Amino acid sequence: MATSTPVRHAWRALIGLLAIIAVLFGINSLGVYAFEKSSWTPELALDLQGGTQVILKANTESGEPSSEQMNQAVTIIRQRVDASGVGEAEVTTEGNSNIVVAVPGKLDEAQRARIESSAQMELRSVLLATGAATTSIGEDGKATPDPADPTLDATPTASPTDGSDLSWLTPKLQAEFLAYDCSKQADLSNAPKDQPLVTCDRADTEDPIAVAQQQKYILGPVELTGNEITDASNGYDQQRGLWIVQLNFNGDGASKFAEVSKRLYGYTTAGDTQRNRFAFVVDGEVISAPTMNGIISDGRPQISGTFTQESSKVLADQLKFGALPLSFSVQSDNVISATLGTQQLQIGLIAALIGLALVALYSLLSYRALGFVIIASLAVMAVITYIVLCILAWRMGFRLSLAGVAGLIVTIGFTADSFIVYFERIRDELRDGKSVIAAVEDGWDRAKRTIYISKSINILCAVVLYILADATVKGFAFTLGLTTLIDILIFVLFTHPVMQLLARTRFFGGGHVLSGMNSEALGAVYAGRAQFKAVETTSSVRGKAARDAKSRGEAARRQTIAERKQAEALAARNGSDSKGGDA
Amino acid sequence: MASMNQLGNDLYTGKTSVPFVGKRNLWFLIAGLLVLVSILVVFLRPPQFSMEFTGGTQFTVSGVAAENLDQGKATEAVRSIAGDVATKVTTVGTDGIRVQTEALEADSSEGASPVQQISEALATAYKVDAAEHVSSSVVGASWGADVTRQSLWGLGIFLALAFVILALYFRTWKMSAAAIIGLLDVLVITFGVYALCGFEISPAAVIGFLTILGYSLYDTTVVFDKIRETTAEQGSASHRTFGESVNLGVNQTLILFIGALGLGAQTLADISLSITVGIIVAAYSTLFVAAPLYSLFRENEPKIKSHDAKVARARERDADVA
Repeated sequence: MATSTPVRHAWRALIGLLAIIAVLFGINSLGVYAFEKSSWTPELALDLQGGTQVILKANTESGEPSSEQMNQAVTIIRQRVDASGVGEAEVTTEGNSNIVVAVPGKLDEAQRARIESSAQMELRSVLLATGAATTSIGEDGKATPDPADPTLDATPTASPTDGSDLSWLTPKLQAEFLAYDCSKQADLSNAPKDQPLVTCDRADTEDPIAVAQQQKYILGPVELTGNEITDASNGYDQQRGLWIVQLNFNGDGASKFAEVSKRLYGYTTAGDTQRNRFAFVVDGEVISAPTMNGIISDGRPQISGTFTQESSKVLADQLKFGALPLSFSVQSDNVISATLGTQQLQIGLIAALIGLALVALYSLLSYRALGFVIIASLAVMAVITYIVLCILAWRMGFRLSLAGVAGLIVTIGFTADSFIVYFERIRDELRDGKSVIAAVEDGWDRAKRTIYISKSINILCAVVLYILADATVKGFAFTLGLTTLIDILIFVLFTHPVMQLLARTRFFGGGHVLSGMNSEALGAVYAGRAQFKAVETTSSVRGKAARDAKSRGEAARRQTIAERKQAEALAARNGSDSKGGDA
Repeated sequence: MASMNQLGNDLYTGKTSVPFVGKRNLWFLIAGLLVLVSILVVFLRPPQFSMEFTGGTQFTVSGVAAENLDQGKATEAVRSIAGDVATKVTTVGTDGIRVQTEALEADSSEGASPVQQISEALATAYKVDAAEHVSSSVVGASWGADVTRQSLWGLGIFLALAFVILALYFRTWKMSAAAIIGLLDVLVITFGVYALCGFEISPAAVIGFLTILGYSLYDTTVVFDKIRETTAEQGSASHRTFGESVNLGVNQTLILFIGALGLGAQTLADISLSITVGIIVAAYSTLFVAAPLYSLFRENEPKIKSHDAKVARARERDADVA
């Protein structure tokens, strides 16, 4: 029974691998046939497949924007685009006031909103709120005063003491408020920050229910801006069944917010149902205007508007990466072709095949029949990588650029490198005179450590770069992490189990000349009685045997006492034909 | 391939031994020179960055008839004026062509500037009117300074974390230090080779560099893990000095590199170029810089020093008897 345990383990691992592959194929067929959003080929990036190009023009009142503003806008747009996936978009300035954004595939509404809105967030206290349906007739039945009337007083009678002070409400402002039409929302993104603001809820104009529920506000001056936000994330509020955006203010923002919340909570306890509200205003529109039900002193408020998962993610990303220093409008929106033809991809793939053929050839020459294990492992790796890329294209918008293809090929080459680590360790064990079965187990124990530590360095590299870097480097980090994980998977669930099984065949276990595990050809340093027999029976060339004996003798002389003791102990263990224990 | 096996055997048993550690000072001298030369080369002949980094000139041709919408024509037109410059050609919508090139002179003191000449060549190639349908503008870098800055931050943090993790794994900061110094050596020399040969640095090349970075650290880890095994097995009664143990570990692993070099046969433009240069430098650096450096760090420890001295005395005695 002792020898059959590794065999059982090996079969279990192989069946597990088969199950994983089956599940991956299952997921993708679900994507292809049930959701009709996935495909059996990975999606290609901008350079190989083309996509959509949007030209944004900066809206500036006077002259051209500074190059500093433009560069800042490019950085923010790039971060926003990258946050939506790993599609490798291209963002550049063109001329002095244009920004060109090119993304693979089509650009949907959400993506468009993500790019073009400036996302200036402001927090203002609510002074007055009514339904948006209020028409131009005042509540007293008299005709509403014309806001343009010069006789209306525009300056507060008493100097307002805080953002909730009702002395902000001048007759002129009230006239503006009554005349304001929410269906003709003006661009208020550059409204003065130290003045009150008349605006409405953000509502989907095509949704009649949303329009009916729309509210109109007079808001106090800006109390806090998006610049004080250090982080923003979206999440699902289980209790209320709503998508929310969670904000984190910096220390300064947190203390300002605590002050505001204290003041507004005062109105809540006093029963003022208008002024106990504060408004999150993005680009001049109210996203949400909740009431203050407590004092928030940790600087971590939540916004809950009428979000979907998508729109809450978009807003969180916009707030996280900051507002654009300028507002932009779309100038043109075109389909663009690939810069590299499919011809280049073919050349790349042919090069890849040649490269992999060389790897195969080298493996066969160097490791004889064991080379087939390398080739089979690489083939399994290729299949898993391919199907995972298809799934990721569907779930994460992963796109493969030519550099990405090259990176994948190279990583597959590097995978072969870790097989070399393993096989060399096995051979080291064989040279120490162990049986093939024991050498596979002990070699694995040694190689395992090396492979885990070196691969975890690669994964560390991938994770750090993925979190911190943008654009192409992010894409690279993603591919590196992915292939490294698949590599480890193959190693544990395919290569090692296969070796365990092969070691028990007569061809490999008996150390056939072509098996790559011939202890004679490897010049065993010290062989126990059982192994000497094997060497004698398989040895046919006398000169070679003599040379081996010489090198064995030489090696034995160079052995340390510790090594000799170890070798003797091993010989005793192998002699009793038990399972190779831990090294 | 029997000879390859034999080489592997001899390296393993120590019959054939490449003195990576023994001739340490020579290797350090060579490494120092290489780094110095690389830095000098980078200063004297700064490497060229591609238009993704520097921005460039963009020509837009509109109103092109469908049968003329061939991307190849644009490359020919640009090459006929500006020589061998990199171009990126895209069709825009149904009748437009967008051509991006390296930054070109838009004004010239006499005659038509290159930009004007190319505009005309493009107009001829696509059979449209130059004044009406061809426009040119300056485009910014798609790989801006911010992308570079973020990537460098990422790298710095990665190296710091890798240092800590390796130090914890190997239980000595010395292996970490040797590995990271070896890595920096790889980056400087690879960059130097790039500058020397005048290869253009494109995003694909940068990806290649990053791959090498990961690979180089991977290699060093593999070699150091072998060294760790070898030096751990060495009992206090061992006759080998620490330096020799390190050497044996390195030699045993050399066979891995012969394999890795054979596997480096990737051929895909920029990326394969940087990877080929990088793999060679990485293999060199691990063996000739990182490993000897580690033995240098350890040799000054009192325990190891006394052990080495004991071995040396024992050898002298043996020599006297013989």
